[in-house]
Amino acid sequence: MQELTWTGSLGVILNPILIILAAAFAILIVARLALSLVPGAAPRDVVAAEGPGGIVGIADSGIRWSGIGLIAVAVAYLAVGALMEREAGIIGAMSNRFIPVWVALAALFAVSIATKRRTGLYGKLFDSTIGMIGFGLVMFWVFAGVFGAFDLIQTHDPLAQVSGMKNKVPGTPLSRAGDGGYPHYLLGGDNLARDVFSRMVTGAWIVVQIAPLATVFAFMVGITLGLPAGYHGGRLDTVLTFVANLILAFPVILLFYLLVTPEIVETGIPNYMATVLFVFPLVFACVLLNSRYHTRPAFRTWLLIGVLGSMGWVYLSLISDKGTKVSVWPEALDLFDVPGGILVVFVSVVFVNAPTVFRIVRGLTLDIKTRDYVAAGQTRGEGTWYIMLWEILPNARGPLIVDFCLRIGYTTILLGTLGFFGLGLPPESPDWGSTINEGRKLLTIYLHPALPPAFALLSLVLGLNLLADGLREESLRD
Amino acid sequence: MGLFLIRRIGVMLLTALCLTFVVFFLTNLYPNLEKLAKSQGNNRMTDAQVESWLDKRGHLDLLPVQYGRWLGVAPGWVTVDADAGTATGRCWRGAVTLAEVESQRRFCGIIQGDWGRSTVFQDDVGPIIATRLGLTGKLMFWVMLLMVPGALLVGVAAGMREGSKADRTLSTFSITTTATPEYVSGVIFIAIFASTAGGLRWFKGTATAAMDNATFENFLLPVVTIALYGMGYIARMTRASMAEVMIAQYIRTARLKGVSFGMIVIRHALRNALIAPFTVIMLQFPWLLNGVVIVETLFNYKGFGWALVQAAGNNDIELLLGVSVVSVFVVLITQLISDIGYVYLNPRISVS
Repeated sequence: MQELTWTGSLGVILNPILIILAAAFAILIVARLALSLVPGAAPRDVVAAEGPGGIVGIADSGIRWSGIGLIAVAVAYLAVGALMEREAGIIGAMSNRFIPVWVALAALFAVSIATKRRTGLYGKLFDSTIGMIGFGLVMFWVFAGVFGAFDLIQTHDPLAQVSGMKNKVPGTPLSRAGDGGYPHYLLGGDNLARDVFSRMVTGAWIVVQIAPLATVFAFMVGITLGLPAGYHGGRLDTVLTFVANLILAFPVILLFYLLVTPEIVETGIPNYMATVLFVFPLVFACVLLNSRYHTRPAFRTWLLIGVLGSMGWVYLSLISDKGTKVSVWPEALDLFDVPGGILVVFVSVVFVNAPTVFRIVRGLTLDIKTRDYVAAGQTRGEGTWYIMLWEILPNARGPLIVDFCLRIGYTTILLGTLGFFGLGLPPESPDWGSTINEGRKLLTIYLHPALPPAFALLSLVLGLNLLADGLREESLRD
Repeated sequence: MGLFLIRRIGVMLLTALCLTFVVFFLTNLYPNLEKLAKSQGNNRMTDAQVESWLDKRGHLDLLPVQYGRWLGVAPGWVTVDADAGTATGRCWRGAVTLAEVESQRRFCGIIQGDWGRSTVFQDDVGPIIATRLGLTGKLMFWVMLLMVPGALLVGVAAGMREGSKADRTLSTFSITTTATPEYVSGVIFIAIFASTAGGLRWFKGTATAAMDNATFENFLLPVVTIALYGMGYIARMTRASMAEVMIAQYIRTARLKGVSFGMIVIRHALRNALIAPFTVIMLQFPWLLNGVVIVETLFNYKGFGWALVQAAGNNDIELLLGVSVVSVFVVLITQLISDIGYVYLNPRISVS
């Protein structure tokens, strides 16, 4: 079995084109920058922007066309590569493994663009290039995570060690392949001879699960506390703001080191914190539904019993684990057990994020509560929770959605930080932070184990930031 | 202004007290103490021996009392050895006679300047923190020198012509840097510039040598790594602020008067546009602290962040407490400066 090159037989045609285009692109950009520094050559005013002629115009269109060419070549690498599989080298083989993701992405974009006039803010996202790029990046990793969870993308078991593959470079064939397994390590082997590519894909699932969920919990806590603090003000506001500032003044890493150690886990503090923090979604749902439907008691009661019953069951299964300090729920009814490490990580991430959300919600509430529709609600005699949750909150959704996207990115960074310091998650865990941490130890000799998870994390967070930017732009437009 | 300052400082001290108490509580939980006893005394101690070891050193007293001792508002613990007629105490070096201990109550906490003793470095915490802070100060100085002008330049250049190509390019650059945490950019930089496997080998992948002798070669990568992550955020704030100023009435007036574009930016817009970034820069300090810990670990630069990791990883309670006090104060003082500076720079805000 031969060692794979990066581009395989596809590279014979495409590589020279890529090099020429990239060189042209770089030279033109430098030239354009140089030209803009020469006084008189560049358009001095925004008004004159409708097509500067002369040498600047040539440079501009050159940049555009070589840029488009570069993108076309990149797409060709992926698309043709996906069909040619390992013939097209490592890139082709990876693209081939990602086929389920490509199909899902194409379907999602096709449906979304076709219905974009009918889906509100989500549809408007597809009017903004930046937003689409961001959404594409995010959904790529979401699909990669989901399909990865079903083992559709990985080439090997992320924990399996294959002899002779320690620190091997990308594209190395397995010495004893042929028993139906995948014959190559696409992105090489790590220090323990595990497949870097499969670990990266499996790590995506961990991030895609934890980051959004932790952000949702942080938002529940922040909203449930921030709304009354901003709306009522007074002593409640003073106390809550003080506590929020207290947590915010804590250096995040110090907090992690204090919370996420085996000794602290032994005392049960994270379990108690989970018990408190995870109750907020229940409170939120309860107040939300009750304030809306309390005028129809029969319906309200059954609705609350149903919703709170199921949420309460999940809540109790979540916080209660056999062998920990909080073990109140009988094992027979326990739906799932969260591994101790994950729970601690989850709790500390929620704990760090919640005060910032609280501050944002409080600020928005302070602003919105002076509006006329709030006064109208008060005059009608609506309850305070109804006004807060059904009048103020929907009108604060724009900034909150944007912040939600940014915050998922920030949470991803925090998760990576925890992994980087080896806190919380089990040491063999394939999450990106831990993998970067493992890879960095031999970084000056072997690059390939650390770089794929680093770029994966970078692209996901970048995607989330771009998505937030696109959403902000589109929501400001009307 | 005076009253405002006093109130702010009061809140700050209260916050510091609360935070240090939380840290004190978390570091002095029983499992931590047990580990301390076993690592300091004997690894095969029985539970009873652990308890007596801890009891002798005052670790089992009421938590507020212990906290008071550590702070220096309660007298240090004294354990009397009745048989030998001697006593040992927190504020006494070695064994002393009973009479000496009884004649005076000694206070030794951080207020008196006694920060305790580090079990990892076998040295007093005060000097350790001073040296480590000095090293981190050197790192931060260069980070600031690179980050602040760079971020302001990018932000102003992007914000002065909103929506232009330069704006788009620079904004994309700032978004990318904010999306790249230090442990990612550091790894990428080392891979490109310092690795022996296909890298350029222009710089060193470790900054240990930079502690004594910082050169361009061994110090640039850590500095750039920290600076980049903070830079994007400040640049975005500056851009937003600049873009807002550029559509203000007085800029239009200046334009109509025929003032050149460069002059408008420098003389009219810049000063007003820099108020918001100032507070942002100050509020970046807590984040920079994160970056410092990551980068010092990654590049093996033995500064403050490295000390934090060592203290936390080795259950060095007193050092960890000292590190926490310093970092909490750094955060709180920068917040205070940011508030005061904002009021001072912006004549439209009044404090009353």
